[in-house]
Amino acid sequence: MGENNFDDLASVRAGLKSVNYLADEGIASVVFLAERLGKPILVEGPAGVGKTELAKSVAAMMNSRLIRLQCYEGLDEAKALYEWNYKKQLLRIQSDRGANAGNEDWADVQDDIFNDEFLLTRPLLEAITADDPVVLLIDEVDRVEIETEALLLEILSDYQVSIPELGTIKAKQIPLVFLTSNNTRELSEALKRRCLFLHIDYPDLDREKEIVLNRVDGIEDNLAEQVARVVRSIRQIELKKSPSVSETLDWARTLVLLGIDNIDIEVAKESLHILLKYQSDIEKARKELSIEG
Amino acid sequence: MSGFVVELRNAGLPVSLTENLDAMQAIKHIPIEDRDAFKYALATTLVKNEQHWKAFETVFEVYFSMRGPGYSVTENEDGEIDEDSLEEWMSQQMKGMGGRGSGEDMSPEEIAEMLYRALMNGDEAMMAAMARAAVTQFAGMEPGRPVGGTYYLYRTLRNLDLDGMLERMMEEAGEKSESDLTTLQERLEREEFQNRIDDLKKEIEAEIRRRLVADRGVEAMAKTLKKPLPEDVDFMHASREEMASIRKAIQPLTRKLAARLARKRKHKRRGPLDFRATVRQSLSYGGVPAEPRFRNPRPNKPELIVVADISGSVAAFARFTLHLVYALQNQFSKVRSFVFIDGIDEVTRMFQDEEDINNAVHRVNTEADVVWVDGHSDYGHAFGVFWEKFGHEISSKSTVMFLGDARNNYHATNAWVVKETAKKARSTFWLNPEPKSYWDTGDSVISEYSTHTDGVFECRNLRQLEGFVDHLA
Repeated sequence: MGENNFDDLASVRAGLKSVNYLADEGIASVVFLAERLGKPILVEGPAGVGKTELAKSVAAMMNSRLIRLQCYEGLDEAKALYEWNYKKQLLRIQSDRGANAGNEDWADVQDDIFNDEFLLTRPLLEAITADDPVVLLIDEVDRVEIETEALLLEILSDYQVSIPELGTIKAKQIPLVFLTSNNTRELSEALKRRCLFLHIDYPDLDREKEIVLNRVDGIEDNLAEQVARVVRSIRQIELKKSPSVSETLDWARTLVLLGIDNIDIEVAKESLHILLKYQSDIEKARKELSIEG
Repeated sequence: MSGFVVELRNAGLPVSLTENLDAMQAIKHIPIEDRDAFKYALATTLVKNEQHWKAFETVFEVYFSMRGPGYSVTENEDGEIDEDSLEEWMSQQMKGMGGRGSGEDMSPEEIAEMLYRALMNGDEAMMAAMARAAVTQFAGMEPGRPVGGTYYLYRTLRNLDLDGMLERMMEEAGEKSESDLTTLQERLEREEFQNRIDDLKKEIEAEIRRRLVADRGVEAMAKTLKKPLPEDVDFMHASREEMASIRKAIQPLTRKLAARLARKRKHKRRGPLDFRATVRQSLSYGGVPAEPRFRNPRPNKPELIVVADISGSVAAFARFTLHLVYALQNQFSKVRSFVFIDGIDEVTRMFQDEEDINNAVHRVNTEADVVWVDGHSDYGHAFGVFWEKFGHEISSKSTVMFLGDARNNYHATNAWVVKETAKKARSTFWLNPEPKSYWDTGDSVISEYSTHTDGVFECRNLRQLEGFVDHLA
């Protein structure tokens, strides 16, 4: 990756804005630094604040391909790094046997079947061997077991993959790596140490309003302001699941579709189910919004 | 810079050498006059836990608060702060204030009025200026006086009467709109104003801190401002804010506990041969069953029995205990919880029925029948009843956790209950919220119980609780 993908901080912000992602000062700084230092970013924060969206936006901004590795419990090497295409290898051996039966040389065969042709690249290897610039997104890394986490370490610090049969494959260019985590468990120190840390929280009032204005077509400034205010108000109530940014956007879109330009109690009460996903939360919010002044 | 990192470590943040180097690398790429970017560059490389952010911010503010735009970081990289230029800068600031006519010569009423206008209009520059004026006017700061920043903060805020101001703003907002405010609008307005007032408070706090740093120097300030990290906060003396952050941290911890027990299950011996899967697998080897497949063993679900003391002597801990129990109940399929003071009652249902933790805690506190005679802890009687009523339900699958300080008010201990329980249960643990040095002093009889359990753990903060969870694995 060229040293000068971004000129300075301001250009990162402008770039992200041009792809409709409103970054605050912290996000822009970290993205900028990650590119300059060639380090992965570990993004943490509540669900639905735009962690995955950030990676997508950065990819869009840099005109690079996004390679995504969705983590889940039970993810292993074969799914994350690479796998030998043994069926094809088997075919190869058998077809060899058919052609010149009896005089195949084992070393030849071995060289033959352990090369790139029979290697199935999985997201991590693909990101490293790519010729074009890529953004690698390792989504919800907290879902894999601690043991599997170690698998990522080599890639994250040295940008290389060791395959016993082939040797070490080094990255042709250093991809920008994003890891996201919902913080369901503590990640290992080793992983954290290798990453830049970015915590994204719910945006403040002004930023949320801007996000709404940016993302929702045909919304009035006045309505956006009200939406942001109501959402902030709801987030202050202790709920099982606070409304996320994406839910705010859904809500705003609904209001626009319904042709509502002023939020009163009735509207708020009726459409709460878009913001909140638990019945108990909805009831609680209803109570709070209408009783408390 | 190195002083800064040392201070972070003093505050308890685990900053490794590589992270330190990363930070050095990072600030090279940042335009030095951009203070925010500088802060984020340090934060992203040095702070890897969101809960530590507050501690970081405090140290950062103390160390770098005085560096106005005129200062370059590279000049100060040796970590020394140039005292003279600091003072110069301060006095310039003061002069600037005086020049605007908003310094000491304003009357308290004028300041309050201007502050009110600034708040009403949401004018941030004005608010900052007024915060400075208010500190000058009201805090009565004396150089060299060894009191903490909170004292000055209190004095300033007391004089400003921000609550009154909030009411006034609400009234004015009400008059401005043509129709009456609906309750929703009123709530939103109030929150908006409250938000501005909170900003103002922060501004005032920062201003006081800046002056204190100028007065006493960075090291001394960093020391006085040091607060324990969330994981080191003592449950017994946690403030409401701290309690909230502790509560947040419990969630992942219980998940971890559940995961630990689950992993133990997974790593167990494999089950019987799975014929179907073996044949399926053999197809990829040309029909040779090279890789036999086994059934996964049926996981045995751990059963958790929690017996918690909720008497007055452990009141703060009890609140935490209930939160822990609630969180546990969401993670384990079979949890039975009991609370006691001198009587004992099962509260499993209350936690299951209530979606909301606060309601559940409230119900436990009001409905649970835990007082037998006088409402002073009587472990002996409570345990006796526990054994009589529920003892037969303890099985070899159960893990029993006792939570309490074992301060028995000199009643009979009935330690045999714990002994019998330990015999029947898979494992038995005791979590004690008291510091180890207090154990077995006065009416504490912890060791009479502890000899029968698989372990007693001092559990006064999150770090120790985590240690306990780790021990289980």
